[in-house]
Amino acid sequence: MIRHVLLRILHLIPTLFLASMVIFFIIVKAPGDPAQITAGPEATPEQLAAERARLGLDKPLPVRYAVWLSDVVHLNLGYSLLARRQVTQMIGEAIPQTLRLTLASMVLSILIGFPIGILAAVRQNSRLDAVVTGLSSVGLALPSFWLGILLIITFSVRFRWLPPSGVGDPDQGSWYNLRYLVMPVVTIAASNLAVFARFVRSAMIDALAADYVRTARAKGLGQRAVVVRHALKNAMIPVVTILGIQFGRLLGGAVVTEAVFAYSGIGRLSVLSILNRDYPVVQGTLMLVVCLFLIVNLTVDLTYGYLDPRVKLEEAR
Amino acid sequence: MATSIPASNSKKPDSRAAVGRPAAAVLRRLMRERKGAVGTVCMLLFILVAIVGPRVAPYNPIELHLEAQLAPPSARFWWGTDELGRDILSRVIHGARVSLAAGVLAVGLAGIVGVAGGLVSGYLGGWIDAIISRVWDTLLAFPAIFLAIGIVTIIGPGYLNAVLAVAIINLPTFARLVRASTIALRGKDFVEAARAIGAPNARIMFRTILPNCLSLVVVQMAIAAPAAILVEASLSYLGLGSQPPTASWGNMLTAAQSYLYRSPTYGIFPGAALTLVVIALNYFADGLQDAIDPRRTRAGAQMT
Repeated sequence: MIRHVLLRILHLIPTLFLASMVIFFIIVKAPGDPAQITAGPEATPEQLAAERARLGLDKPLPVRYAVWLSDVVHLNLGYSLLARRQVTQMIGEAIPQTLRLTLASMVLSILIGFPIGILAAVRQNSRLDAVVTGLSSVGLALPSFWLGILLIITFSVRFRWLPPSGVGDPDQGSWYNLRYLVMPVVTIAASNLAVFARFVRSAMIDALAADYVRTARAKGLGQRAVVVRHALKNAMIPVVTILGIQFGRLLGGAVVTEAVFAYSGIGRLSVLSILNRDYPVVQGTLMLVVCLFLIVNLTVDLTYGYLDPRVKLEEAR
Repeated sequence: MATSIPASNSKKPDSRAAVGRPAAAVLRRLMRERKGAVGTVCMLLFILVAIVGPRVAPYNPIELHLEAQLAPPSARFWWGTDELGRDILSRVIHGARVSLAAGVLAVGLAGIVGVAGGLVSGYLGGWIDAIISRVWDTLLAFPAIFLAIGIVTIIGPGYLNAVLAVAIINLPTFARLVRASTIALRGKDFVEAARAIGAPNARIMFRTILPNCLSLVVVQMAIAAPAAILVEASLSYLGLGSQPPTASWGNMLTAAQSYLYRSPTYGIFPGAALTLVVIALNYFADGLQDAIDPRRTRAGAQMT
């Protein structure tokens, strides 16, 4: 088992390596001259050349890549061109915001999505099932930016209960800042809980149709015991996958939702830095996002193999 | 990218073979299920709007009515006007064309390139397969929306560039799908027979193998289209896709968000249109999947 885990981690390295090349070359190929940005629009050609030398832009590409990669491995992501601050520091400030958003919306969507998925499965083809399935279709199709705008229209414009954007003021108490979290969390949770409800429902229907459930019923177990102890336990195995996938996706920052509410997490940091051509920040956030994404995906795969002993180790991709 | 979401387990597998069913029979099965029928009809309605829209729209979508900026819905402007006094209804109608074309173009491009890549790596195998597969692994290492944003950063914002980015994030799905079924078909007798009579590799790949995985590709296109439309609209919303004054649902919502306090209705219509299109296409994809092969699980467009 340990050998298997180590092997899988080793397998990540080439992918990570290739991804780092892509991220590096995004910046090289992207229009705009970083030296021009830091030196300012009125810099003389001599000043530009000096700035280029200072940023290491005058060296050949492979050398620049090697320098950059070794910096990244040492967690030195350089300085933002615009904010003149360390990229690691900016990312460090954004991570707690994204983490808060991710955890809150995951908890909310699990608390709602799982029970309604289970109920819909237990009463398959009932009116309740139709409502759950229909709502989850809508939840899946709702663009997060539109749902966000609808929430702002309702709760900020109409009722003036919640602030339309921002993350609050660190000097104020956490109750005050909590108001900034409500609409982004609901926006993300809406699509997530639709995914969960659909997935849980489908896994439960599969489990309820299985032989061991029929056996349990034949033994004379009550509905509750059958559903909870037998069906639910087995239905959770495939559900772990989707849980992990959604989590990994959100950890990288809910790009669009963070943009709607001007919520300063990882997603907004990366979009803003791309729009401002602040390349060190772009590279840093993208590297972080890719690492998180790969690690979470690997964890999901390994958990799946652990939960379901029928999945042979070799087969687990 | 679409998340695989099995939704219905109630269908019994159909005993008749799934692959290569004539189009008419698929259509009949599609229209028999309520969801598939509703999705198909709505989708056709939206396509109709996209085609004849410019003729039926009450105004030119970029015509300014400066005397009526941010007007609420009225008899003159049914859905109100935007910040420059342009008719929102006309702009939403034109947006249908932008969104549907984005879906068709992105999925079509991803399908063509992905199918070719999948056939080549599945059929030839070896180091070619290893290299091509690494490319897909690398693309899949990025969350889809980040990859799309990164690509647009390189090639610059704009409608066609955004569509290209959406096509690229969909490539690995098509390529892996076709690669897997090519590997499964490669050793079959009819492929061996084609090889025995001396057919060249290209002919075997595109004439012998491809027709046998085409139904999978078509279903995957139907699944990917609504997700592609959502991602393109998101890119437009972020200012990376279609640019003003072109009326797209994404950039209309960006503008609407600046005027929510003065004109709340502005933000409602473009998003409603987008949501309805995605629901219709999801239903159509679900229905099509069941009609072509009732045993497969379903998927829906979803994006964070």
